[in-house]
Amino acid sequence: MAEALLRVQALEKRFGGVVATDGVTLEVARGEIHALIGPNGAGKTTLIAQLSGSLAPDAGRIVFDGADITAMPQHDRVRAGLSRSYQITSIFRKFSVRDNLSLAVQARSGSSLAFWRPVAAETALADEAARIAAQVGLGERLDAAAGSLAHAEQRSLEVGLALATNAKLLLLDEPMAGMGPDESQRMIALIQGLRGAVTVLLVEHDMDAVFRLADRISVLVNGAVVATGTPAEIRADAEVRRAYLGDEVPA
Amino acid sequence: MRRVLPLCVLLLAIAFPLAMQAIDQAYYVTMASRILIYGLAATSLNLILGYGGMISFGHAAFVGAGAYAASVMIVEGMTSAWIGWPLAMAVSALLALAIGAISLRTRGVYFIMITLAFAQMIYYLTVSMKAYGGDEGLTLTQRATLGFGLDPHLDLRDDITFYYVVLAILTAALFFVSRLVNARFGRVLQAIRENEPRMEAIGYPTLRYKLIAFVLAGALGGLAGALLAGQNNYVNPGMLHWTESGKLMIMVILGGVGHLYGGVFGAIGLLGLEELLANHKIAWLAALYPNYQQHSLLGVGLAMLAVVLYAPQGIAGIFRRKNHG
Repeated sequence: MAEALLRVQALEKRFGGVVATDGVTLEVARGEIHALIGPNGAGKTTLIAQLSGSLAPDAGRIVFDGADITAMPQHDRVRAGLSRSYQITSIFRKFSVRDNLSLAVQARSGSSLAFWRPVAAETALADEAARIAAQVGLGERLDAAAGSLAHAEQRSLEVGLALATNAKLLLLDEPMAGMGPDESQRMIALIQGLRGAVTVLLVEHDMDAVFRLADRISVLVNGAVVATGTPAEIRADAEVRRAYLGDEVPA
Repeated sequence: MRRVLPLCVLLLAIAFPLAMQAIDQAYYVTMASRILIYGLAATSLNLILGYGGMISFGHAAFVGAGAYAASVMIVEGMTSAWIGWPLAMAVSALLALAIGAISLRTRGVYFIMITLAFAQMIYYLTVSMKAYGGDEGLTLTQRATLGFGLDPHLDLRDDITFYYVVLAILTAALFFVSRLVNARFGRVLQAIRENEPRMEAIGYPTLRYKLIAFVLAGALGGLAGALLAGQNNYVNPGMLHWTESGKLMIMVILGGVGHLYGGVFGAIGLLGLEELLANHKIAWLAALYPNYQQHSLLGVGLAMLAVVLYAPQGIAGIFRRKNHG
């Protein structure tokens, strides 16, 4: 196995008496697409929040690209190359698609402490935004207000915002949530296209997508990783079948 | 259209004192200066409240701190406006830095309450400054001077000259804000208002940007305070009372939250309405209800209600709708 880009060690998070993350240990290898699956309430989104830095864990360590980032603020993690997308779409609804994406580009290119020059005149930002828009299939919708997009388009923009940060590791929290079959296929193709360029930790309920995309799969149940392995290994794992997969496993 | 209209308004504002002089109503020049200064103060609040989404309920502290800083300089014999006014901005900026660094860590109603609490602390500080008048306030013997041999021509003691200086400063401030909100910083600020968690998630240290905006707004508020002290030749703790913060907030809401000219429109609207209701007998209203002038605040309240219900974008929103058909 290639060297680990992300190492999570004995991560714990409690909300009062509820243990949301119960000693999660996980490794994501550089370059792989690693899927994280588990039943509702298993603590997948809580884990993503801790990895991305919006939620502080109670115990444990997160090592990214060789550095301990457990106490690093979220915006610094993004600069270090770790960014996330949201299960519940979180975009700038009043901004155009172009402005949404160029905001994310602006964050990583030059200082934003510029008070005089109109940002609209910065063609480099707009060009990069247009390139990412095309990549996520929004090339024709650059001037549309993000809030006016159709659901699937908003989901694409959601992933586009995370992509635009130029991350080394993308945490994608259910990118296909609420998408129709055609749209899901397009999202699968998009993520497939990232293989090699970006490492991906993918949280997804769509088992078809998971088994087609993932190099390895980890199964989260009740806040702990109960199994990690290749799709074939996970499919064969009796405990995983019982705990979670049931009849959903594709033949 | 978008550039021509403001230019026409500016020309009217330049011609205004001459017209008032011609019809012997110089009082209105003083009144107009006051409106422009409040316009500057409300514009500075609009920068954080409208563009940044920070509902600060303590902006009078920055205006008042600037007013006191400029006044203390004059009382202590340093009368140059070139020193007094920038110093007023610096004092208010530092105050905003301290208050913002703590307050901006809170959200929603907590932010409103903590900015209010800090402003009241500064208010009581001025009440206790016995050397500078305490709760009686401080009367100034003169206005700041411009120096550099400008004074014989640009005598700030002259109300019309003072009006032009205020107009020039307000115009410059509006130009600065118009550049800022369309620059990288302004877009970051407005995006934070829209969706702060996502801004963190794409790599922006949002607290830092909000704090910088807060300090800029404080500095502009301090400048308005220095001008207000010069206008009245008097400062007192009342300038820092929470009702003054409320008044600035009302101006922003009345004029247009997050509109470049919202603060100015709001100052014209609110102070104009106050003047109209308090100092002019409206015959038909008096016939209907003889004592209405004692309850002029009720009129202001009703106007606010009408704006919130029928023009949520404020006065600026009405203009914008007309412009865009």
